[in-house]
Amino acid sequence: MRSDPSEYELVAPGSLRAVVSLLASEPGAWLPIAGGTDLMVLYAAGKLSARKLVSIWNLPELRAIEVLPGEIRIGAGCTYTDLRRNDIVAREFPLLASAAAWTGGIANQNRGTLGGNIINASPAADSLPALLVYGATLVLVSARGEREVPYTNFHHGYKKHALAPDELIRTIRLPRNFADYISYSRKVGARRAQAISKVCIAALANVRDGMIKDARIALGSVAPVPLRLTETERLLIGKKPGPQLAQAAAKTVIAQIHPIDDIRSTIQYRAAIAANLIAEFVNALRSQAEEK
Amino acid sequence: MSPPANIPAGQEIRLNVNGQPKTLRVHPMERLLDVLRAELGLTGTKEGCGEGECGSCSVLMDGELVNSCLIPAAQANGATITTIEGLTLDNTLHALQESFLNCNGAQCGICTPGMILASVHLLARHPRPTMEQIREGLSGNLCRCTGYTQILEAVRRASGHVEAP
Amino acid sequence: MTTNQPIIGASVPRKEGRDKVTGRARYVDDLVMPGLLHGATVRSKIPRGRIRQIRFGPGVSWDEFVVVTAKDIRGKNCIALILDDQPCLANGVVNHPEEPILLLAHPDRHQLWKAVDAVSIEYEPLPAIFSIQESEQKAEIIWGSDNIFKTFLVEKGSLDGIWEKAAHIVEGEYFTGAQEQLYIENNGMIASYDDETGVTVWGSLQCPYYVHKALMAVFALPEEKVRVVQMETGGAFGGKEEYPSMIAAHAALLAMKSKRPVKIIYDRAEDMAATTKRHPSRTRHRTALDAGGKILGGEIEVTMDGGAYATLSSVVLSRGTIHAGGPYHWPNVVIRTQAVATNAPPHGAFRGFGAPQTLFAMERHMDRIAQVVGVSPVEIRKRNFLRPGMTTTTGQIIRENIDLNSLLDRALELSQYHAKKQRFAAENRSGNIKRGIGIASFLHGAGFTGSGERYLNSLVGVEGLADGSVRVLVSSAEFGQGTNTVLCQIAAETLRLPYENVGIAQPDTGTVPNSGPTVASRTAMIVGSLVRSAARGLQQTLLQSGSLRENYSPEEFRQACKNHVAMRGECKSYSRYEPPPGIFWDDQRYRGEAYAAFAWAVYVAEVSVDLTDYCVTVNDFVALQEIGRVLHPLLAEGQITGGVAQAVGFALYEKVFWQNGRMLNNQMTNYIMPTSADLPPIRVFFEELGNVHGAYGAKGIGELPMDGPAPAILNAIEDALGVPFNFIPLLPEDIHAVLSRLEKPTEGIAAD
Repeated sequence: MRSDPSEYELVAPGSLRAVVSLLASEPGAWLPIAGGTDLMVLYAAGKLSARKLVSIWNLPELRAIEVLPGEIRIGAGCTYTDLRRNDIVAREFPLLASAAAWTGGIANQNRGTLGGNIINASPAADSLPALLVYGATLVLVSARGEREVPYTNFHHGYKKHALAPDELIRTIRLPRNFADYISYSRKVGARRAQAISKVCIAALANVRDGMIKDARIALGSVAPVPLRLTETERLLIGKKPGPQLAQAAAKTVIAQIHPIDDIRSTIQYRAAIAANLIAEFVNALRSQAEEK
Repeated sequence: MSPPANIPAGQEIRLNVNGQPKTLRVHPMERLLDVLRAELGLTGTKEGCGEGECGSCSVLMDGELVNSCLIPAAQANGATITTIEGLTLDNTLHALQESFLNCNGAQCGICTPGMILASVHLLARHPRPTMEQIREGLSGNLCRCTGYTQILEAVRRASGHVEAP
Repeated sequence: MTTNQPIIGASVPRKEGRDKVTGRARYVDDLVMPGLLHGATVRSKIPRGRIRQIRFGPGVSWDEFVVVTAKDIRGKNCIALILDDQPCLANGVVNHPEEPILLLAHPDRHQLWKAVDAVSIEYEPLPAIFSIQESEQKAEIIWGSDNIFKTFLVEKGSLDGIWEKAAHIVEGEYFTGAQEQLYIENNGMIASYDDETGVTVWGSLQCPYYVHKALMAVFALPEEKVRVVQMETGGAFGGKEEYPSMIAAHAALLAMKSKRPVKIIYDRAEDMAATTKRHPSRTRHRTALDAGGKILGGEIEVTMDGGAYATLSSVVLSRGTIHAGGPYHWPNVVIRTQAVATNAPPHGAFRGFGAPQTLFAMERHMDRIAQVVGVSPVEIRKRNFLRPGMTTTTGQIIRENIDLNSLLDRALELSQYHAKKQRFAAENRSGNIKRGIGIASFLHGAGFTGSGERYLNSLVGVEGLADGSVRVLVSSAEFGQGTNTVLCQIAAETLRLPYENVGIAQPDTGTVPNSGPTVASRTAMIVGSLVRSAARGLQQTLLQSGSLRENYSPEEFRQACKNHVAMRGECKSYSRYEPPPGIFWDDQRYRGEAYAAFAWAVYVAEVSVDLTDYCVTVNDFVALQEIGRVLHPLLAEGQITGGVAQAVGFALYEKVFWQNGRMLNNQMTNYIMPTSADLPPIRVFFEELGNVHGAYGAKGIGELPMDGPAPAILNAIEDALGVPFNFIPLLPEDIHAVLSRLEKPTEGIAAD
């Protein structure tokens, strides 16, 4: 353990109101910590530069999942386990449920939060592509009130996001538009559990009368931020899924992604696998469409 | 060598550990792992990696399996913690402890406390787990000695489940 | 609790099992002492160079710290092992990243890393080398006169005319990478020092007397002034064979300077970056075969990367050399091997100890030979297996009744090899999941090579205690493999006592004799034999004293023991190793009986490769081995499943990423070992031929399972894809790179 606990403050005011009030009083001085699965790793490695932290773990205002007729509202403090245990998430937002099941092992799923995953903004984060394709809207809260940002506008660069220094993510709103969609997700990592993604995909398609009416595809780990493949979507919409379309779609991937060589994988591999996953998605649409 | 200045620990926290109420004065960012080992002398919980990967620091916190190396003490305030020491009641081993003994689920033993608690957590939620569920439930606990085979068997036997592997 | 129940061959309870499942087992970091200081190590940030200046930076109250440098060493500044070239602390020069330079101690362990970071060291860098190729080029000499730690030459028969006679000549080159032992408990040590009693250390270790010897040298102390105590050890696998001597010396130096006990516990990042790994290797085969695929002869060339200092490289190379020919008959062979220096932290012992490297090559090469000759992998092996009466590459006669053909047949049956191979060949014509099945057949010699056991001269004790129970006295360390249990079984069976009446002393050089290091799969076989004879000696003592009749009951034994101790003060019996007669080993020419016994094995791996992500899954694994005698079925099975799992990691997951001699991925998050979700059920089967040189017929088994899985898996992958891969670890990225190059030979792909 490479940090000295006596040098750190951690306060737990216990309510959202008290937390945002603290953040407002000294913007940028207090680092919010939820489940700690990212920050405590940095801390143990001696790499946490913040010295004052404010706990947002288990704040009741942040840890509920509210189900409304047109949308669900997931508290940013919900853990992956909370997501996995929720029926509506399992039924209508399976991409999010599967991402939650992939993240770490059970112990880390019990502590890691969706809000934390968003803020940590790792390009390899498992749940973020799902949020993109579900058209998530983030509700941000501060002492100044609330504002909304479409999730697609939230990240503007590697580990950069639109959150102001006195803000927290309060809720993630997901429209309940996708119950009829076919969903496809896959994570490619170094092993079957407890692995950081080399490439991951979250994809949805609305197929009617054998034709793709809508396609929404996002990839993780192939760009500095989670990426919507709008070119590929455009190619697919209005077409019938089949092997030729799958190949054509796969070819559109390389121009949209910016994979890197890093300690986990290589540019060539990521690019090839990303293309393969798109092909697999389109092929899956064909067989699933036939079943409808 | 001159003695260092003593910085008093900052915060009082209350925990229930293995059925016993404890009041401690700690730095709020002290890791729960270190609170258990150093402040409470409960050395059954181990540090294998300090990054939440190996699971040898796993404990149950309010009934949920967590990696204690990643939990700041302040966030454990008010929590009920179960460590490996809390599984044995009056010198009677928990069924999982018996099963690990009978199946050679513990070789070097360093992953064992966390592995047993992960198994307790699994069986509490899936009393008759499939092999698939056992593998998944333990996938956050690394064992270098066993190749997992005898651990999985230990959990299967403790669950009384007779499904084919 | 009767003596009618067999003890040998029964899965009796592990002696320290209850402590382990209750969390009561005491590992070194669980130990606290009054006045304990915590220690840390300041290490080199460069691979090679001279130390110009050391500055203790601002922001740290340095007067609160104990500081130790090479100048504080009273004895020899080296970690005594074989060549004694490795410094305990760098003295003006560093030869690898992470080389220890100075030591710090402080009462508050949280102050240490700040202090380590505040030490700034100015170097004058020297050119450094990082690969076997660079080392061989000798553009830069970093060790000795030619970068070579050791060479071996094994010659059998003659290669004259063989290439001309051959119907087939097959060549191949095979590579294995470094592998981290990744015991879940990091290295740790506590040391105390006082002028009266000298140095005492408690730690996580395999070889108490190795540490003892090393401390004697560093402190210039006689043997009775050094004491080494093994704590419960959380995994070792060779990674705590030689390294603990280094950390023990460091803790003891700080203890000496501060006059307080000192605890050094590495964190994972430090342990992975700074301590030993498996030797990377390159093996080249050139083999001459007759038309039917029988080996006429060949050349085998092995090079191992030893890192910056010699440490154990010569012995690793030795074992790799002797195993290089596999379980096959080589009428003629020349085996040339060398261990070379690079500027990486010294590589060291890891389960298998050179054999996994050369057996990987041999078993991949056999499949290659099969293809060239035009026969199946099964047939090529059957045509070349050693049979009783034949000799190994070192000329050792196979004296036991091993029938490798039938061992292979049994493995094929257990794995449904033929049916699956056929089915996969048909199924692979379509679909994205390609399946394959592969074989590896191999052997592993137990005990120290040749005259090694004679040199070790092991001594074992068995004693009767005042309460009438029996205690085994050995320096053999338990670290999960079941040493405590098996040695007690042997003593109990020999003495005809219940297993519960026999215990084993904690390995403490103040109490136990030197039964040799806990390595080389020697404990059950060799130390066990000595336990048996020492137990017989104890039995004889009591029988001859007249206080015990021949057909004694356990109660009578207990009483006789008590009486004896009451009268004489103690009741101990010792037994010393005696080399078996008729075993000859020529250390110069590397010929003769290399090992007292070989265990034999055939492993079969079934894999699937998903061409969507190029990931390999091992779907089924059969591990069949002949091991003399199964002393404890559960423990034996556990050794095999654990070894297979590590070897699956060796083959498919565990890549060390190097940058200028330093391990980049020194975290559990990016050094990938298999989880419970990654491994298939590992199906273990045993055969028993007995072993005249091992206790109750046992052979060593600890390292055997490391040798077979990697080549079996790569053979299976080739079966699945029709493309050969000859290096490990083999990652999905590698499979993709090779396959895509094959699809588009004109497009260049950046080299790895």
